[in-house]
Amino acid sequence: MASLNVLVVICMAYVTLLFLVAFVADRNASRGHQAGWLRSPLIYTLSLSIYCTAWTFYGAVGYAARSGLEFITIYLGPTLVMIGWWWGLRKLVRIGRSQRVTSIADLISARYGKSNTLAICVTILAVIGVTPYIALQLQSITLSFATFAEADPARQLNETTTVFWVAAGLAMFAILFGTRNLNANERHHGVVTAVAVEAVVKLLALLAVGIFVVWGLSDGISETMARIDASPIGQWQVRGDRWATITFLAAAAFVCLPRMFQVMVVENEDERHLRTAAWAFPLYLLLMSLFVVPIAAIGLELLPMGSNPDLFVLTLPLSQGRDGLAVLAFLGGFSSATSMVIVAAMALSTMVSNHIVMPIWLRMQGGGASVSGDVRDVVLLSRRVSIAAIIGLGYFYYRFSGQGAALAAIGLISFAGIAQILPALVGGLFWRGATRSGALAGLTVGFVLWLFTMLLPALGGGLLPDAVLSNGVFGLSWLRPQALFGIEGLDPTVHAVMWSMTLNTAAFCIVSLATFPSPMERLQGAQFVNVFDHSVGPRSWTGQVAQSEDLMVMSQRILGAGEAQAFFQKEAARQGTHSDLPEPTPAFLERLERELSGSVGTAAAHAMVGQIAGGSSVSVEDLLAVADETAQMLEYSSQLESQSTELARTARQLRETNEKLTQISQQKDAFLSQVSHELRTPMTSIRAFSEILRDADGRSDTDNIRYASIIHDEALRLTRLLNDLLDLSVLESGQVSLNMTVGNLSDVLDHAVSTALTGSERPLKVLRHTTSETVRISSDLDRLAQVFINLIANAQKYCDAEVPEIRIEVSIKRGRLRIDFLDNGDGIPAASQQLIFEKFSRVSPEKAGGAGLGLAICREIMQRLGGDVQYLHGHPGGAFRVSLPLSAEMAA
Amino acid sequence: MSHTGDGEENGRQTAAVFVERKTYRHRQLMDIARLLPIIGALLFCVPLMWPNPDPYPAPDTAGGMAMSEAITYMFVVWTLLILASLAFGVAVRRWAENWTEGTDQPGEEAP
Repeated sequence: MASLNVLVVICMAYVTLLFLVAFVADRNASRGHQAGWLRSPLIYTLSLSIYCTAWTFYGAVGYAARSGLEFITIYLGPTLVMIGWWWGLRKLVRIGRSQRVTSIADLISARYGKSNTLAICVTILAVIGVTPYIALQLQSITLSFATFAEADPARQLNETTTVFWVAAGLAMFAILFGTRNLNANERHHGVVTAVAVEAVVKLLALLAVGIFVVWGLSDGISETMARIDASPIGQWQVRGDRWATITFLAAAAFVCLPRMFQVMVVENEDERHLRTAAWAFPLYLLLMSLFVVPIAAIGLELLPMGSNPDLFVLTLPLSQGRDGLAVLAFLGGFSSATSMVIVAAMALSTMVSNHIVMPIWLRMQGGGASVSGDVRDVVLLSRRVSIAAIIGLGYFYYRFSGQGAALAAIGLISFAGIAQILPALVGGLFWRGATRSGALAGLTVGFVLWLFTMLLPALGGGLLPDAVLSNGVFGLSWLRPQALFGIEGLDPTVHAVMWSMTLNTAAFCIVSLATFPSPMERLQGAQFVNVFDHSVGPRSWTGQVAQSEDLMVMSQRILGAGEAQAFFQKEAARQGTHSDLPEPTPAFLERLERELSGSVGTAAAHAMVGQIAGGSSVSVEDLLAVADETAQMLEYSSQLESQSTELARTARQLRETNEKLTQISQQKDAFLSQVSHELRTPMTSIRAFSEILRDADGRSDTDNIRYASIIHDEALRLTRLLNDLLDLSVLESGQVSLNMTVGNLSDVLDHAVSTALTGSERPLKVLRHTTSETVRISSDLDRLAQVFINLIANAQKYCDAEVPEIRIEVSIKRGRLRIDFLDNGDGIPAASQQLIFEKFSRVSPEKAGGAGLGLAICREIMQRLGGDVQYLHGHPGGAFRVSLPLSAEMAA
Repeated sequence: MSHTGDGEENGRQTAAVFVERKTYRHRQLMDIARLLPIIGALLFCVPLMWPNPDPYPAPDTAGGMAMSEAITYMFVVWTLLILASLAFGVAVRRWAENWTEGTDQPGEEAP
């Protein structure tokens, strides 16, 4: 008979071996050269076996002894989930890896717009659901110790101290290997490897006991089958509703349990490991359950009535004197319990620390992530304390829950509680319309119903008054916890699961459909649901204001100085900058956030980067603010633009005015010099001839008369010049008073022709078309005649044809009267055509009769009259066109 | 970050109506993946239709299904499902080498 001491020694040796395995695996992993098999799908599959806790190791036999084959449903659910991996798990694992999710709470939070409220809800639910489960593991270890103690009369076992030391040992292991490195994505190779070893041990232990029972206690398979059929559980007797419900529950819990999520998603090395696990893990489960019924049946047959069927795995070898086998079985149960507690505590501590402790701590620090001090230490400390607290909670639950039968049912209750996460999880993975409010509503409804219909009635102990249990809340019979809405006769588990899951799902769907998700949720929703389309970043940062240095300081605290610097340098190299600090581009911020989220969770990482990068997320408000700002900028810049155009216009006007002034000043100078020149020529001849008349005697009378007539001519010329000047200045200054009268054009032309041709030495032939000239015009007829006279006189003066003639053509076009004066001379040279309307311009000075003011005066007059006079190009001879408006109202 | 997956990402090439034989096989594989858990669930529900034993059995009547037969049925179905899953896994692996042009070597990806 194995003494308790030997057992304790074996136990210690086993634990030491586990420590060693974990240590070596961790060290190899940190050095980066681990054996290939350590990262093989095999380890992954074996680590999944933490699904098989002591509850299933010992409890399955007890379950089978009580309810026959129903125990198998616990394994069928996960089998179906694994077989359907291509549907669900693959997506879950891909999302977990691409989003760097650290726990199931983190995943839910990330999916629904990084809502920390949701993460806290899931965390609380998980803690409440899993703590009794941990207590169950502690109980199983204590019970198995007690079984050995019973067989060893020399020792008395103090259950309380045993369970305390077991709990303390587990906490130590979990802290040591679960919080070695902060970044959950670096994975806990040590723990996973130890869990894999334990998985092998418990499988071997159960198989060994089974083989012993079938081939040792019985005589092969056929005889065992016969003995099973003869046993109290020899007939198929299963309630269909429980069968289906528990299968579903097990499947849901397999995905949602924090510890399962930890090993399945967070610790996953390679997505393709699922491919192996898809058949290997069901095989493992099959082997685990292969001998359960034989052990139960033979145990019921051989062991005395009233012995605890939960411990048949231990007591059957013990009763047959197979101590070695019993110790192996004990180690198997011990392995099941410890691996579950360690991983569960690790997973829960991550959730508690990331979603409850760290946010509170960060808020208490006020300044957020940019305060001094090493956040890394705080995170690690909070995680360690959380592990201790969670295991401590399990310990106290065990101490105060009566340590009895109440715990036996806790497995399923725990499953049902955890399964409440399922609607939010599945909806989040496959339905883009799922919203945060919907998830929150579903979780709350499911949690409350689970509490009310399952946990509280099961706990008993006055937590729920008997009156409520039998008569319902406030005496309302349809609010009885185990007969909700008056539906009685259902199995309590089926009843609770049915109501909590249906109402949970309904609340989730209805609220999701009724609410509108925030942009962040929609973004994340698309990222999750379509994860296979784009397994890239979760979102992009818009804040460009982030200071790389601040980010560096913060990252150092969380990632550790060396890792942070390496990461930043890598980023800088990727950006191609020469300095150590990369530019805070959106891509960089995204990668940094993902890096940080491995340590502190997505929500906290997002908040931290947000605090430094400014604008913690791309909210609608932010977008609106940005849009507003842009609009203001645009408006301001357009104002500036219009102002500057105005300025430019003013400057141009000024410049033009200045040029004009300069031009005018030059014209004035030119004019003055011209005028003085024009005046001096006649004055000189007048002075010269009058001196001759005065000084010289003895001239003939003819000479005198000639000289006097020259003087006279020059005086006339002077007078004409002065008249013209006066005329021009009057016209130009606009002081001319026009004498507007109505008359016939032909009369005006008659007058002009006769006046112009009076006293001319050269005959000029005037060709007119009198019918077209009968146009009534309203104008200053005298002035108009002056223009015509000038033009005809010019033709007479400058026409160089043998027989000079001028043709006057009158036409009406576009409401204007046009009078063309066309002579048959050579016309005006092209170079001079520009100048002829300028003052004192003469085409040929040698023929100059006038002062060169005539055409200038003509143009002034015509412009006063609202018309114009211009030289006609393309005509063989000289050609001038006078145009006049036809309308009665002439310009003043 | 890069993922080495099993090639489901190339969904666009399977979207067309008429596809190559290879792609069609791919689709069939996906259908098997969807059917497997349903078939499994249905097979696991078959025992629900077995008669429960009469609480007061008349003499000489076979009351319900014997446990040994039930166990045999369950474990045979279970084994078949595992084999089917194994076959599917192998098929996916083979196809993944096709889809991803032979880059599918387990354990090659950095974490």
